[in-house]
Amino acid sequence: MKLLACPINGLRPVSEFAYGGEVRPMPDAASCTDREWADYVFNRSGVPGVKVEWWYHIASGTWFLAERDTLADRVLRSWLPGDP
Amino acid sequence: MTARLPPVIGEWIDRSRPIEFTFEGRSQRGFAGDTPTSALWASGTHVLGRSFKYHRPRGVLSMANHDVNALMQYGARLNLRADVEALEPGMALTAVNTQGGVGADRLRVLNFLGGFLPVGFYYKAFHRPKALFPFWERVFRRIAGLGSLDFTAPHIRTPKRYDFCDILVVGAGPSGLKAALAAGRAGAKVVLVDENARIGGSLGYQRGGSGEAMDLLADLECELAALPNVSVRPATLAAGWYADHWIPLVDAKRMTKLRARAVVVAGGAYEQPAVFRNNDAPGVMLASAAQRLLYRYAVKPMDVALILTANADGYRAALDLLAHGVAIAAVVDLRPDGESTALTAQVKQVGIPVLKGHCVFEAESVGGHLVAATVCPLGANDRPETSSPQKFACDGLVMSVGWVPAAPLLYQAGAKMRYDTATHQFVPETLPEGVFACGRVNGVHARDARLEDGERAGSEAARALGFEVAPRTFAIAAEPSPPSHPWPIVEHPSARNFVDFDEDLQVKDFLDAIQEGFDNIELLKRYSTVGMGPSQGKHSNMNAIRILARARNQLPGEVGTTTARPFYHPVPLSHLAGRGFNPQRETPLHSRHDGLGAVWMQAGVWLRPEYYAAPGKRKSEIVREEVRAVRESVGVIDVGTLGKMELYGPDAGQFLERVYTARFANMKPGTTRYAVMLEEGGVVIDDGVVGRIAEQHFYFTTTTTGSGTVYRELQRLNAMWNLEVGIVNATGAFAAVNLGGPRSRAVLRKLTGLDLSNEAFPYLALREGEVAGVPSRLMRVGFVGELGYEIHVPADRAAHLWDAILEAGTDCGIRPFGVEAQRLLRLEKGHIIIGQDTDGLTQPDEAGLEWAVKMDKPFFVGKRSVEIVRKRGLRQKLVGFEVDPAGAMPAPRECHLVIRNGAIAGRVTSVAWSDTVGKHIGLAFVAPDMTTAGTPFFVRVDGGTMVQARVVPTPFHDPAGARQKAVE
Repeated sequence: MKLLACPINGLRPVSEFAYGGEVRPMPDAASCTDREWADYVFNRSGVPGVKVEWWYHIASGTWFLAERDTLADRVLRSWLPGDP
Repeated sequence: MTARLPPVIGEWIDRSRPIEFTFEGRSQRGFAGDTPTSALWASGTHVLGRSFKYHRPRGVLSMANHDVNALMQYGARLNLRADVEALEPGMALTAVNTQGGVGADRLRVLNFLGGFLPVGFYYKAFHRPKALFPFWERVFRRIAGLGSLDFTAPHIRTPKRYDFCDILVVGAGPSGLKAALAAGRAGAKVVLVDENARIGGSLGYQRGGSGEAMDLLADLECELAALPNVSVRPATLAAGWYADHWIPLVDAKRMTKLRARAVVVAGGAYEQPAVFRNNDAPGVMLASAAQRLLYRYAVKPMDVALILTANADGYRAALDLLAHGVAIAAVVDLRPDGESTALTAQVKQVGIPVLKGHCVFEAESVGGHLVAATVCPLGANDRPETSSPQKFACDGLVMSVGWVPAAPLLYQAGAKMRYDTATHQFVPETLPEGVFACGRVNGVHARDARLEDGERAGSEAARALGFEVAPRTFAIAAEPSPPSHPWPIVEHPSARNFVDFDEDLQVKDFLDAIQEGFDNIELLKRYSTVGMGPSQGKHSNMNAIRILARARNQLPGEVGTTTARPFYHPVPLSHLAGRGFNPQRETPLHSRHDGLGAVWMQAGVWLRPEYYAAPGKRKSEIVREEVRAVRESVGVIDVGTLGKMELYGPDAGQFLERVYTARFANMKPGTTRYAVMLEEGGVVIDDGVVGRIAEQHFYFTTTTTGSGTVYRELQRLNAMWNLEVGIVNATGAFAAVNLGGPRSRAVLRKLTGLDLSNEAFPYLALREGEVAGVPSRLMRVGFVGELGYEIHVPADRAAHLWDAILEAGTDCGIRPFGVEAQRLLRLEKGHIIIGQDTDGLTQPDEAGLEWAVKMDKPFFVGKRSVEIVRKRGLRQKLVGFEVDPAGAMPAPRECHLVIRNGAIAGRVTSVAWSDTVGKHIGLAFVAPDMTTAGTPFFVRVDGGTMVQARVVPTPFHDPAGARQKAVE
């Protein structure tokens, strides 16, 4: 089982976490085209590589961000939103 | 007759503890420490099982957990590996998969029908005529197969154990022992496991006729014992590798899930059989099997042995056998130049003839006993020259032609392996982080080199974890002679030269399969079933790869290997079976409901009363009574399963405006508002009631099933938006009941000093006060369509409140009602249930929630999508309907299709018989042009009958809402 480092609780087994999806910038809802909006809502990139993702530590209710290399399945770092 | 030797140094048996057991009904004797196979072999029983397909007699092959033709059954314990399973007193063993016993198996006739059972025959035959297939299936189920299941066997659930260490060393042979020592001396917490009953690996049985190896083992054991940070666990199998070094360790009792920081794989190698005609006859065995019989169990494997070899290990085996009284007929060496080391001289010195460049062409057995073997010179292209055969009488044939690395854990961890032409085996090329390999699995075979390699791997692992160890450089020296032969395969016109003993596959089967186009290793595996038997190819995959490589004119490295998946050996299901850990929640009123006869139903993770059973009454009758109580007098339902959230802070109103579709910033304290939540695509995902308690304090509910995910998403949005709000999930902290019915106010009045007059506490208002002495939040709600109050109290006071309400309502005939009645009550009002009347695509407009969506707000989740969807026009619309005529049968049910002009035009989402309306009423999605009241349509019910229905406006009951807004 994978281990994942929660910025608050440290290294924990991945079964304690929920995946929150890749961090994707939301286009400006007021000015973007319908197509841009639909792309944001429905399309996810499956290309393997280094991605920043939302992760949730269920037991403590902590949302954080993790940088993960989805090709090598390695978590490179994790941090709380708002932290650098 | 006994083949038991006088005591041998290092033997595993305890001669002071004899064991009686039976095999195939006959009494047998052995000792504690024996396996069934070793005890039987000692008593001269050589036919231990029958092969899977042709039911040929089979004996010992490996003595290393790969003897899949000696699988035995003992009561409910089936497919015991007789070569390694510990012998127990009183065992009553039988060979699996025979008809009439292992000696006189009637199915042995299949051996002579082999010509009719070519490779892949079950893919080709028996499909036509189709009607006969069930017949053939029954036949094959009887013939094929292994042990038989005992359905009365007890269900065993085994708790798992959890463990942690710095470095796990897998395999306690010379390299593993050294690795554990090096890592342990560096200060690491080390776990050393070995699947064998005792540690030592090949030191214990590959002795070459000398005592040196045993002395070395004793020294290493001593050194290990001095290290308290090294835990040595024999009889423990590292059964797989999972991400981040998460290793299941399986022992006789249980599975331990071990988290290591680094893993050293020193798993050794599996010895490989040579392939020649009748290489499966009892008496033909791997050299290491003969050595294990000798040194572990003090069993003389045979009286006269012929050695077939292609490496130094075969010569050492000859010396081992010789030292224990076995006569050696000859050493047959496949290599034209024979063995280059001093071993040749050692063997020749004692008078053993050595035949270089020869092979065993065929073995001969009588009544399941090997009696002779025919040896030929090997000619060009590795073909036997049958013109000058030599026949050797022997009752044992010992094969030592090659090794395959025990690398499943390395493969699972993601190691890249390459085929090494110096050793003719696969060796690790690159290892993943934290994984190390040493010894035979690393292509290092000479004993001293293995010790060095183990020391290196242990030190490297410790250094990688930050322990201070001097770096060790160790260049793997070339093997003095290659330990594996690239082509230990001899073709024979009459076949029966087995490559896979699990599945009875012969050389020609592979050639046929390749001929038929299955010339990729994965395809060849699936078509021929090589490696798919109980040994999972541990003694067959390599030879299969060699055959395929030669057929394709490639090197084994180019052919590649099949995927190695956990588990590495079979693990009893009882080790894996444990308890489920699905959460189940009960409200604080659970015992009260139980006392009232609640019939439970699952609602998300919660248990809720579906209705309250009464003796002699059917469910439908009870539900109607519960509904009538609410409509005519008063009822009470536990709604404590609703998600209950507290929201504090200056931005609380703004936060709600962003996550819900309605307006909240302008709400006055003391009011509530219905709230709909969308996801980014505009799909309705949740609803609830938002109450404002103070300027910076909201209290709101979510659906029962949605509370967990909604809370989680709100937390995420809060983290993302960084507004000044705090969210607390108070779902478990509060209990809640809904008191509904025309007389609810009268009941409540008895319990509270709050002014309940319509002016002071109007519809949709929120008040705080005491009810039955309990501090409460009260909301005037209308979900069930009657005057009603949702009362939220601290969870620990819920039972007190419940009792007080039931008591206060006695003279009004108050009834607790369940989810079933509530569903009907809300349906009569046309109120939707998210998830029942909506699905994963439902837009708010489709569910008739336009009124709750305020598009003039600058932003809320899903707003942009609603805008886009609105431009396209409605796809479907949720409408109320009733069935004509009243009482039509069969009645429609949820998910039945709405049919118009013979085509699907929607589906029913809710439907029930309503006493209040006197009809079957329901909600259904229909095409947008069918929404006008009175539009007729059909519902296609179970069995295909069409039931007439028509659209009616909702609510079905009290359309003006006078009852829930009741002034008095």
